[in-house]
Amino acid sequence: MPSMQPYANPRYFVILIAALLPVIIGLLRGRRHRNYESFVALIFIIAMFGGDKWQQGVALIAYVIWQLLLVVCYGKYRQTKNAGPIYYTVLLASIAPLAIVKLTPVFSPQPSLIGFLGISYLTFKSVQTVMELRDGTIKQIDPLFFLRFLLFLPTISSGPIDRYRRFAKDYNGVPKQDEYLEMLRKGVRYLFQGFAYKFIIGYVFGTLMLPRVAHMALMQRSAMGGTGISWALVAYMYVYSMYLFFDFAGYSLFALSISQFCGINTPVNFNQPFKAKNIKDFWNRWHMSLSFWFRDFVFMRVTFMIMKKRWFKNRVRVSQLAYLINFLVMGFWHGVTWYYIVYGLFHAGAIIINDYWLRYKKGKSLPSNRWTGALAIFVTFNVVCFSFLIFSGFLNTLWFTHAIR
Amino acid sequence: MDTKETVLNILQELTGEDLHDKMDEDIFATALLDSMDTVQMVLELEEQLGVQIPVSEFDRDQWSTASKITAQVEALQ
Repeated sequence: MPSMQPYANPRYFVILIAALLPVIIGLLRGRRHRNYESFVALIFIIAMFGGDKWQQGVALIAYVIWQLLLVVCYGKYRQTKNAGPIYYTVLLASIAPLAIVKLTPVFSPQPSLIGFLGISYLTFKSVQTVMELRDGTIKQIDPLFFLRFLLFLPTISSGPIDRYRRFAKDYNGVPKQDEYLEMLRKGVRYLFQGFAYKFIIGYVFGTLMLPRVAHMALMQRSAMGGTGISWALVAYMYVYSMYLFFDFAGYSLFALSISQFCGINTPVNFNQPFKAKNIKDFWNRWHMSLSFWFRDFVFMRVTFMIMKKRWFKNRVRVSQLAYLINFLVMGFWHGVTWYYIVYGLFHAGAIIINDYWLRYKKGKSLPSNRWTGALAIFVTFNVVCFSFLIFSGFLNTLWFTHAIR
Repeated sequence: MDTKETVLNILQELTGEDLHDKMDEDIFATALLDSMDTVQMVLELEEQLGVQIPVSEFDRDQWSTASKITAQVEALQ
């Protein structure tokens, strides 16, 4: 049996929506068929790991059992006690599988045996659950519900990243009929917007244009004193940036669309990121479920701890250190390669400079009009595209490999 | 000083604005408060009003205006 990848082709949508029809009809009549929905999810997850991907399927099962054990045991423990060392041990244990998967390529040519498609995204959900158990904002873990949250089919492979309590609010209720009709309408719109983004615009940039500009840039790898900086490389930067946005935003729209059909308001991932006026604004618009996760569970926690323990007096230094940690962790999360880590450092630097500028600007009467606004968007757009060039790994190919693709 | 006045004082120090007449203005939507300010606000609330606010309790929708913050703190007291 060949494997069936989520949202890979039109056939997948036809089969998925057909399988979800009973769920949709149920919701229209004010019922949520939770068990049937989980059954469909299970079948599609099995199909994801069919054929030669069966090993990943086994890894997924082991992963899920591991995380389930952790949150259930920690949830039981947390009802009576709250020791720091236990919390950090559980937290580390929850991150460990992902850390191993990400670190394996550094030491071995073979990918890790415990890896599978979607492990990064599942880890966000598990880690968040552990942290909220510690805070006491999640009081009790229902194992079956945790599984449904973790393995919610529409977002299983690449997000958007939902939150335990937000998901529970939707999932344990049923939308009113007019609310659900509105959700269906939104779902259809997201679906077609997603088709346009991923299968048309993303295809033009990613499949038609990107290989050509890549080839042109590689032909000029000795340009500018061997740095490979050429107009073709500049073209690659913009083409890749467009491809990255339309492909990923299209994918996210599919996940949102199918979530809406299931009566779940999965959080949106993109809000016109290229209209951002500065880097801070950009991170409020780009891969939002990820950046908000990092904001709430890394940045705010780090600043909270540093300020509470008074390690630094200066608020500016605290935020700078927190930004650095935040974006460095995000870089490592993408993968342990120099270009992901540099990408993280680049954004930390950009946001720190951004903060200096915002502080300088405060209280001054600098001109602010249509033109300065346009300039801000232009500068931000180019800084972002440059960061995507780093992120693409193409510089690695350009500088450190010799085979022409 | 009551809770409401303390909350308004803390917010005024952080945002530089007197929110007495704007109890229902969304302080996140108007970008008056960024993540750093938010953390500082939580710390100040904890220190001055003796409440424990878990960082993950920080559902922005429920803490987005001066009156909501006052209500949340009073509920935690």
